[in-house]
Amino acid sequence: MAALIDQTETECAPFLPLSSLDSLWFQVAGTLCNLRCNHCFISCAPDNHTLGLMKFEQFKPHLDESIRYGVKEYYFTGGEPFINPDILQILEATLAVGPATVLTNATRFTEEKIARLTGMRDASAYSLELRVSIDGFSPETNDPIRGPGTFDSAMNGVRMLVASEFLPIITSMRSWEIHEDDYFLREFKAELAKIGYTRPRMKLLPSLKIGQEALRDHGYAKYEFVTESMMAGYDETQLLCHNSRVVSDQGVHVCPILVDKPDARLGTSMRDALKGYRLRHQACTTCYKFGALCSNATSQSMEGKRLSAHSSSQNNPATGSSPNEG
Amino acid sequence: MTECIAVFGGVYSNHFALAALLEDAPRRGASKIYCLGDLGAFGPNPDKVFPLLRDANIPVVQGNYDNSIGNNLADCQCGYTDAKDNYFARLSYDYTFKNTATENKIWMRDLAVELRFDLNGVRVLLCHGSPRKMNEFLWETTTSVAFLERLCGAHGTDVIVATHTGLHWHRALPSGRHFVNCGAIGRPANDGRTCVWYVIIAVHDAKRIDVQFVPLEYDHERLAAEMRSEVIPEEFVETIETGWWTTCLEVLPMKERARGVH
Repeated sequence: MAALIDQTETECAPFLPLSSLDSLWFQVAGTLCNLRCNHCFISCAPDNHTLGLMKFEQFKPHLDESIRYGVKEYYFTGGEPFINPDILQILEATLAVGPATVLTNATRFTEEKIARLTGMRDASAYSLELRVSIDGFSPETNDPIRGPGTFDSAMNGVRMLVASEFLPIITSMRSWEIHEDDYFLREFKAELAKIGYTRPRMKLLPSLKIGQEALRDHGYAKYEFVTESMMAGYDETQLLCHNSRVVSDQGVHVCPILVDKPDARLGTSMRDALKGYRLRHQACTTCYKFGALCSNATSQSMEGKRLSAHSSSQNNPATGSSPNEG
Repeated sequence: MTECIAVFGGVYSNHFALAALLEDAPRRGASKIYCLGDLGAFGPNPDKVFPLLRDANIPVVQGNYDNSIGNNLADCQCGYTDAKDNYFARLSYDYTFKNTATENKIWMRDLAVELRFDLNGVRVLLCHGSPRKMNEFLWETTTSVAFLERLCGAHGTDVIVATHTGLHWHRALPSGRHFVNCGAIGRPANDGRTCVWYVIIAVHDAKRIDVQFVPLEYDHERLAAEMRSEVIPEEFVETIETGWWTTCLEVLPMKERARGVH
C-alpha cells in the first residue's frame, strides 16, 4: 500500500483557522458501507469498523449544539448513510432546523424509505438533497470501480427518487482524462433520460489519491503538498476546512476526506471544532486545486480564481469574509 | 408613524423594468428607493440604466458584477461552478464589459459594499449577497434560521436585505429580526410569469415590520426585441418572454430548481 506521507511541522504546512462554522457534516455511517469501491478515499467496506454507525442519541446533542453556532447547512455521509437504522430519524430532526444533503450509493432504497424521505422533504421548508455516487454511465464503466451489479442497482435507486420528484445530484469521480468530461456527461445524461431523469444535476469530482484510490490508480507524488507560499492570493473560502467540520461516533474531525486520520480528529465537542488546522496532508492539494470539493456545487479548477484575486489591486469583497465571524 | 422604503436588485441592464419601478415604488408609499447592485448582466445596452439611477438619486450598493466590471476583472464573480453556467455567464460578461462606458465603470468601482440606516428605530443593513461576502448565495431552502440569526448578530442589525440569487424571499426570525432577499428586477423569478420582483419594507410604530413583495409588470416585449437587436443569446431572451430560467440553473438548490421547468 502506498505510504501516507505527512508534511512535517518544520516544512511549515499552512495553518488555516476555522473562519465560520457554516456547514456541519455527520459521518453517520462511519467507515461502514454495503459496497467496497476500489476508489474509496477512506476505504469504506462492510468490515471497516474504524468509525462506527452514529446512533440518533449520539447525533442529536451535536445538532442541538450546532444551532448555537449558527450552522447554515448539514451533510450526511459514510460509508453508506442508508445502512444506518437511525438515518431517517436523524434526517427528520435535521430538516426541522436546516437543509440536509445525503451522500448515498442509492443501492439501499425501498419504496417505504423513499416514501418517508418524500414526506419529510415536503414537510420541511428546507431542501433535502440526495447526492448519488455512480462512477460510470454503464455497467462496463461503473462496476469495475463500485462492484458487480452496482450500476443497475444505483440507477434503480435514481429511478425511484426521480419518480418521487427528487432531483438527485449524480456524482462521479473522474477516472478519465479531464478533456473527456463532455463525452462522459453526454453519455450519462442519455442513460439517465432513459429512466426518466430528463434534467439531471451532475457533479464531477477529482480523484483523491488516498485510501483505496492510491492502490487503484496511484498516490500523490512526494512533492505534492500545500505550502505557505501557495496560499498567497488564494481564495481560502474554497477550502471546506475553512468553514466546515465533521462529527463521527468518535468525535469532531477537520474534514470528511481526512476523517480516518488520527491527527485530523480535533476533539469531542463542537467547541473543539473551532480549532484551526495545518494543511499537512497530501489530499489537501486536491482540495486546493479544485475547491468546492465536498459542497453540492460542481468542482472547478481554481486557476481562474487565483488570477481574479491577483488582478484586483484592492481587497476583493467578493472573495473575502469577515475574519471575526463564527 | 410608518416609514416605508423600496429595495430592488439584480437590474441586469433591464432599463425598462427599472423605469417602471421608479414610477411604481413612490405610488406604493416608498419615501426612499435603494438598489442592491448587479446593474449589468443578461440584458442589452448596459449604459442605459445609469442615467435612470442618477437622475432619481438612488443609493446603490455594489454587486459582484459591478465590482468586476468596475475593477476590470476577468469574470463576473457570480459564483457559478458548472461549465454550462459559466459559458453563459462568460457571454453575458463579455458583452456587458465591452458595452459599458468607462465613466460608468469608474462609478461602479466606487460604490459602497453595504449601506446601513435607521428606519423608525429599526437598524437596516443593505448588501448584495450577504453582509460578509458579496457573492454569497443565500437561498431560501438552504439557509437555516440559526445562520441568519448569527449574521444579524455578527453585523449588529435588525434587518438584512440582500439580493444576488435572483429569487425573492423573506424570513421573520424568532428573535424578531428579519432577513429579506429582494429578488431581481432584471429577469423573472423562474415562476412562469413575465413580471419581475422588488420589495417594500414598512416599519410601523413599536418596530412592527411589514415586508411586501411587489410583482412589477413592464414592457418585456420591448426588452426582448432590444435583446435580439443586440444579438444577445436566445436563451436569455426566452427567460424574459416565458418567465422560466434557461441558464445558470446548476447553482439552484433542489427545491428552487424543482419549481422551474428547466
